[in-house]
Amino acid sequence: MLLIPCPYCGERAENEFSYGGEAHKPRPEVPEEISDATWADYVFLQKNTKGTYYERWIHSHGCRRWFNLVRDTLTHEIHGAYRMGEAPPKVDEKTYV
Amino acid sequence: MAQRYRLDKGGRIDRDRPVDFTFNGRAYQGYAGDTLGSALLANGVHLVGRSFKYHRPRGIFSAGAEEANALVQVGEGAATLADLKATQVELYEGLSARSVNCYPSLDFDIGEVNSLASKLFPAGFYYKTFMWPQAGWPMYERFIRKAAGLGEAPLEPDPDFYDKRYAHADVLVAGAGPAGLAAALAAARSGARVILADEQHELGGSLLSGRDEVDGKPGSDWAAEAERELRANENVRILPRSVVFGYYDHNWIDILENLSDHLANKPADAPRQRMWKVRANQVVLATGAIERPLVFRDNDRPGIMLASAARSYVNRWAVRPGESAVLFTNNDGAYAAALDMKAAGIKIAAAVDLRAEAEGELTQAARDAGIEVLAGHGIAATEGHKRVRRVKVAPLSADGRSLAGEARTLNCDLVAMSGGWNPTVHLHSQSRGKLRFDAELATFVPDRAVQAERSAGACNGTFGLADVLGEGFAAGEAAAEAAGFSVEKAPRPQAGNGKFLPARWLWLTPSSKPVGHGGKHFVDFQNDVTAADLQLALREGYTSVEHVKRYTTTGMGTDQGKTSNVNALGVVSEFRGVPIEELGVTTFRPPYTPVTFGAWGGRDVGDLFDPIRRTPMHSWHARAGAEFENVGMWKRPWYYPKAGEGMHEAVQRESKAARESLGILDATTLGRIDIQGPDSAEFLNRVYTNGWKTLKPGAIRYGLMLGEDGMVMDDGVTACLGENHYLMHTTSGGAAEVLAHLEEYLQTEWPELQVYLTTVTEQYATAAIAGPNARKLLAELTDDIDVDPDAFPFMSWREGTVAGVWARVMRISFSGDLSFEINVEAHNGLHLWQTLMNAGEKYNITPYGTETMHVLRAEKGFIIVGQETDGTVTPVDLGMEKLCSTKKDFIGKRSLSRPDMQDPNRKQFVGLLPDDPNEVLEEGAQLVETVKSQPPMDMVGHVTSSYMSPNLGRGFALALVKGGLHKHGQKVYAPMPGKTIACTVTSPVFFDPEGERLRA
Repeated sequence: MLLIPCPYCGERAENEFSYGGEAHKPRPEVPEEISDATWADYVFLQKNTKGTYYERWIHSHGCRRWFNLVRDTLTHEIHGAYRMGEAPPKVDEKTYV
Repeated sequence: MAQRYRLDKGGRIDRDRPVDFTFNGRAYQGYAGDTLGSALLANGVHLVGRSFKYHRPRGIFSAGAEEANALVQVGEGAATLADLKATQVELYEGLSARSVNCYPSLDFDIGEVNSLASKLFPAGFYYKTFMWPQAGWPMYERFIRKAAGLGEAPLEPDPDFYDKRYAHADVLVAGAGPAGLAAALAAARSGARVILADEQHELGGSLLSGRDEVDGKPGSDWAAEAERELRANENVRILPRSVVFGYYDHNWIDILENLSDHLANKPADAPRQRMWKVRANQVVLATGAIERPLVFRDNDRPGIMLASAARSYVNRWAVRPGESAVLFTNNDGAYAAALDMKAAGIKIAAAVDLRAEAEGELTQAARDAGIEVLAGHGIAATEGHKRVRRVKVAPLSADGRSLAGEARTLNCDLVAMSGGWNPTVHLHSQSRGKLRFDAELATFVPDRAVQAERSAGACNGTFGLADVLGEGFAAGEAAAEAAGFSVEKAPRPQAGNGKFLPARWLWLTPSSKPVGHGGKHFVDFQNDVTAADLQLALREGYTSVEHVKRYTTTGMGTDQGKTSNVNALGVVSEFRGVPIEELGVTTFRPPYTPVTFGAWGGRDVGDLFDPIRRTPMHSWHARAGAEFENVGMWKRPWYYPKAGEGMHEAVQRESKAARESLGILDATTLGRIDIQGPDSAEFLNRVYTNGWKTLKPGAIRYGLMLGEDGMVMDDGVTACLGENHYLMHTTSGGAAEVLAHLEEYLQTEWPELQVYLTTVTEQYATAAIAGPNARKLLAELTDDIDVDPDAFPFMSWREGTVAGVWARVMRISFSGDLSFEINVEAHNGLHLWQTLMNAGEKYNITPYGTETMHVLRAEKGFIIVGQETDGTVTPVDLGMEKLCSTKKDFIGKRSLSRPDMQDPNRKQFVGLLPDDPNEVLEEGAQLVETVKSQPPMDMVGHVTSSYMSPNLGRGFALALVKGGLHKHGQKVYAPMPGKTIACTVTSPVFFDPEGERLRA
């Protein structure tokens, strides 16, 4: 079980959190103006990175706050957590084959 | 004679506490401190089970967790436990155990014909044999399960209960042998919080079985001193009878602690087991090593056991596992067993040593003690059906692949074998640590650690007690330092440092015939896999070790290859001519040893598995005899049967009363979210399909909430309570999901909006009164709310006093009739309900449950999210396009213009009237337009809701039908077993389509 550093509460066990998928994927400002394909990409598709991944979590059984996490999806190493709207930490990004 | 094979003195047993037990119905006696295995051996019982596939007689072959033969069923009835290892079961008064996998009895087992017919049961037998016809599989499976099954699972619910506990540790030490004790001492002395867990009831590990000295005293005394020091340290938690079975991400460790299985008189309030979930800053693995068997012809007979096990039985349990023993070894270390057995009065017929040059400290000591050492020899065959009686011993060729001389026969009733040692690397491997093949030890040892863990002692490939202790202290110190504690290096204890080397690695001992042509060379005892099976798999092209494992089942099952993995690799390596290090090793997976389902469940069973929510009026409903329905976690009254009524009668009566006079529904369970802040209206505008900026205080509006995919996710009414203040209602089951959805958008997409959400579901109790007399009843119970239709119109709310308490009354309707939903503070809910019931008596006020609520709303064509919708239904599909604003964006709007959403042939919301008015369609029934004599038929939709309506005087249904919005008046058919029900597609609104009644 992962040990997740909530930026508001500190390190807590994974089962206090819920997963929110890929981060830094803002909702299009004016959805009417983008193509069907771009919209479908936003709604249905997420990166499936094997390596460094920027993802959203919510401390659902704690402070109920959303935040972002940088995690290695292969090793589960956590490179840092940061609040919504903050810039991600500098990370030596990796991908594996 | 009782305990005939018990030595006169010695052993870690309490001779003042005899313990009576039964095995296969026969009474025996052992002592406190025994395992079932040691007690059976003390009574001369070697034959304890039958093998998995061939039903061969099997005996106790180890003294610990690696036992692959002596699997027993313990206890009777609901509390029975299957497939326990006799070598791990602590003996207690009254213990009753029996063999598994034998029929009709252990002594005479019909399944043994499998062994005679073993040519018919090669590797991959099931795959090859049960191929055809496919329909036969259920029958084949029954046969296979019965023939190859192990123990029996109880059929009754588990009468025991289990605990779960969370803990944190600076340093967790797995294993309390010499290395583990040393590590725990070192870490504890630094002030670190230490958890020390060991699977046995007594700490000390190998020190309890050997005769090694530490600092000039018996090793077991050193262990006892270490335990005393640790127990005196309040930062140390010692968990005996606790197996560390799982190592997961970020140093998350699972431990299974046995609390009462070993007690004869279990206190009724004692949990059976406790699962510990530990987050450790640092971990020290000190899990020891498991001795390898040797692979030779018929190496599975009862009386053939690991040399270290024979030594443990002699030293730790004061048991003679035989009268006359043959040692069969490939290494020097095993001679310790021969020496200890000889000292205990067991005759050593000979030491058969695979090494051409049998040298080493202990080998020499054995020679000095008068033990005959047959160097360069192997056991070519064994005899004895239910107990080994003699072995044939022959010299080997220089390469060890064939016999090089006449065989000689040795009489014996015990063969103590040693093929070297496998470090118990399971936890290191589970933690994703890499393994490295150590050619000197011919086994896998831990390589780089990936998590904050370190291995110490035999599990790290370190043999030699002084080195093991030194490594234990060093690991404990390093772990404590890494956890932030300052460490003073302790002096290392003095001890001998003999290793089990030198050794000769010969994976398959030859016999007079080629492998597979006489006798069986077992590699995996639990799964009955032989060297011939492995070679067959290789010949058939399964060269990868992962394929060999799955095809032959070696290393699988509850045993997980504890004794077989490396031997299997050795056999494969020799056959293919590829070094073991190039073959790789199969993955070790948790749990290390089996874990009961009860322990996984802990206290989360029965009513505690899922919380139950009850409304403040629940006690009234229960007294009124209501049947309840689960809605989310809520218990909601389903219907209120009167004497002699079934569900149908009750619902018909309730439905009629609610239309003709007055019904009352407990609507407390609706989700409620309080919304405040200057941007609340803008927020509602974005999350609902319709517009919200014109809603004035006092008014209420219905909203439809979509996911970003355009599918309906929730609906409900929202009241404007004041400027920038709203109260949103969600479906009873959807409240948590909706709140999470709203919070997600507020926090992640629109942090600039000033909106604050609070769940207030439990703050209110709600009674909905519905029917033509609802207004009259409300008027009687309030002085300060003007109930006149002009003063209090449909879709508005008023605040005042009802039944003497504060109330917020909402004029909304889910039944389609004049209806008021009276909200009071939750603690006044029961008072309100009782007052309404008393005052409503003259109107024949009739409480109705969710079923009648469903009938009434379906008559009106009101959807229920989750019943008419299933995550694939859009507002357009529901004919609610008018609720989707064209003047603003909202969540899901863009998806509604995707091309596939525009398809006119999507499933759309309709009503259905069966041609036969007495017919009630089954919910979920598939609909077709063209009926064929048999499936397949083209399905055009399905029934989502279906009821008998007393108000319509017929059965009716709601459905989703392809292109249904334009098919009103057409026929569809529901093909059911034995009949086909013809229906007409209609509008989904069956009752009061103009809405005059609800606006009355």
